[in-house]
Amino acid sequence: MTAKDSILVKVRNLKKYFPVHRGILFNRHVKDVKAVDDVSFDIYKGETLGLVGETGCGKTTVGRTILHIYQPTSGEILFDGIDLTTLQENELRRIRQRMQMIFQDPYASLNPRMTVGSIISAPLDVHTSMNRKEKRDRVQELLDIVGLNPDFVNRYPHEFSGGQRQRIGIARALAVNPDLVICDEPISSLDVSIQAQVVNLLEELQDQLGLTYLFIAHDLSMVRHISDRMVVMYLGKIMELADRDEIYKRPLHPYTRALLSAVPIPDPDKAAKRERIILEGDIPSPLNPPKGCNFNTRCPMAREKCFIEEPKVVEFEPGHFVACHYAGLPDE
Amino acid sequence: MESLLEIKDLKTRFHTEDGVVKAVNSVSYSMDPGEVLGVVGESGCGKSVHALSIMRLIQIPPGEIASGEIIFDGRDLLKLDKKEMRQVRGRDIAMVFQDPMSSLNPVYTVGFQIVEALKLHKKMKEKDARKRAEELLSLVGIPEARKRLDNFPHQFSGGMRQRAMIAMALSCEPKLLIADEPTTALDVTIQAQIIDLVVKLQEEMGMAVMWITHDLGIVAEMVHKINVMYAGYIVERGNVRDIFKNTRHPYTMGLLGSLPSIDEAPGTKLISIPGLPPDLIHLPQGCPFYARCVYREDHCREELPQLEETDNDEHFVRCWRWKEIKAEKV
Repeated sequence: MTAKDSILVKVRNLKKYFPVHRGILFNRHVKDVKAVDDVSFDIYKGETLGLVGETGCGKTTVGRTILHIYQPTSGEILFDGIDLTTLQENELRRIRQRMQMIFQDPYASLNPRMTVGSIISAPLDVHTSMNRKEKRDRVQELLDIVGLNPDFVNRYPHEFSGGQRQRIGIARALAVNPDLVICDEPISSLDVSIQAQVVNLLEELQDQLGLTYLFIAHDLSMVRHISDRMVVMYLGKIMELADRDEIYKRPLHPYTRALLSAVPIPDPDKAAKRERIILEGDIPSPLNPPKGCNFNTRCPMAREKCFIEEPKVVEFEPGHFVACHYAGLPDE
Repeated sequence: MESLLEIKDLKTRFHTEDGVVKAVNSVSYSMDPGEVLGVVGESGCGKSVHALSIMRLIQIPPGEIASGEIIFDGRDLLKLDKKEMRQVRGRDIAMVFQDPMSSLNPVYTVGFQIVEALKLHKKMKEKDARKRAEELLSLVGIPEARKRLDNFPHQFSGGMRQRAMIAMALSCEPKLLIADEPTTALDVTIQAQIIDLVVKLQEEMGMAVMWITHDLGIVAEMVHKINVMYAGYIVERGNVRDIFKNTRHPYTMGLLGSLPSIDEAPGTKLISIPGLPPDLIHLPQGCPFYARCVYREDHCREELPQLEETDNDEHFVRCWRWKEIKAEKV
């Protein structure tokens, strides 16, 4: 397993609120969407941390705030010991070289007017002083690493399929030799057989280059496959964090249990045997999160306390964190 | 038992500037009343186009149903005129689409849209239709159904819109419900709700359901039979257990291998299918899966295999080498 002693990213009490304004003339600040609300976790060097949750749970916002694409409202983000929230713009740019991102939509994240060569070398233009020849060699090397023909440098994104485009996005992220790659749902828009190709590629690259991944997704089965540890988020808060096998074998939070039971099992015998927990209702709007525990509107075991007091994230067992008043109790 | 739907040698084509897209190729199968069929395949495999062909919703031109028969309840749908077909759609066969926002009309209330279908197909009076619409909305699990009838689609969440679509589809008690990736745009917990709902309604109302999806995991727990499609062909068809446990086609095996299993050991590699699906304009002469197949032989490139019955009951496969593959697996 990975070396657990060295922490690459340390996130402490991270909050990201998006203000909501109303009125044209006075433009009053009426309330906030609490996209990420008091989230703390670590990412160890060389590991893959899976971040799962449903639409609007703030998983993408966490990823983007770590990269400082969004300014955090409050909290600390330490990258290799350096607090990113205190850095100036130019210092931040320098350190961003070590953090890259792969985006969800391989169609929207590549500029259709740029050739593959110029897309992949764009980070090299910003972060290195390579000459043209060096850049060209590096681009070809990268194309080869991600399994594309190096002769494709002069082609345009529309000439590629979804899976191939995602490979281009991966090559661009790897161009500047990052330590951390934030993968924001890199496979959710791809076909099943192509998903496996891209996941295998990401795993190979991690072995070769010693990368650290923050892997954001809503597909639990794939996250389990690729991650060492997993974070489950719901409405801007962490519900549970543990080793992936621990979370699968002993989910402590009722939301995690419901999420796990909602994952389709590609095996008719096993699928027939298991008990499904069907959650009622929809995810509440992050504009009006419920009082007390965020999950109380859908929780099958919510009791009085859950509507009054918000549960804190506690270390229930070493390395297994959960935010629930009744953690570990079976569903009713 | 008389089959509800029988498709014989269906071929759907699209005439484009680049050539003829062969979207559905020689698809033949039948469905019994009350049967739940899963149609599985990747994007561009013809699964949606084949369903749209059944509904005769293919735009002609550029589309064309080049040949075949679609016998539904004793009548060939391809021979019906427009007016007769309009009566079949909605009343006998209903369809639920992937994107509920674009299939609901945003300028009418949800109630109006359900009532409209009831008035049209069931010749109901406004008052009765409204009452029935309210019942339908509560049937699909929308709370405060009476109030919700006067809501517009944008006031519904994604899951609720899909429920409203299902309510609308069920309004005329169809004999066949075609669900075209109805849960792809939804979150997993909402997806579980919708699957649960459709299974429950199917059992209560006894209609046949065709569930189109790219996710083998979803169909594993809800269908009786599966058609696996690739490049417009059915490459494997059988009872759900045979497809998962006695898999005979290399493509189906590839699809299953690409899915991470819930109890896999750490460090297990996924088995991906190399390469890309073929271009439907220039389909290869032989087996369409030849270029990506691990079991291929020279012969596979030259001649297209036919859908052949295997040693399992009602289990068909389109592969030259299924016997050898079977022997290898045991």
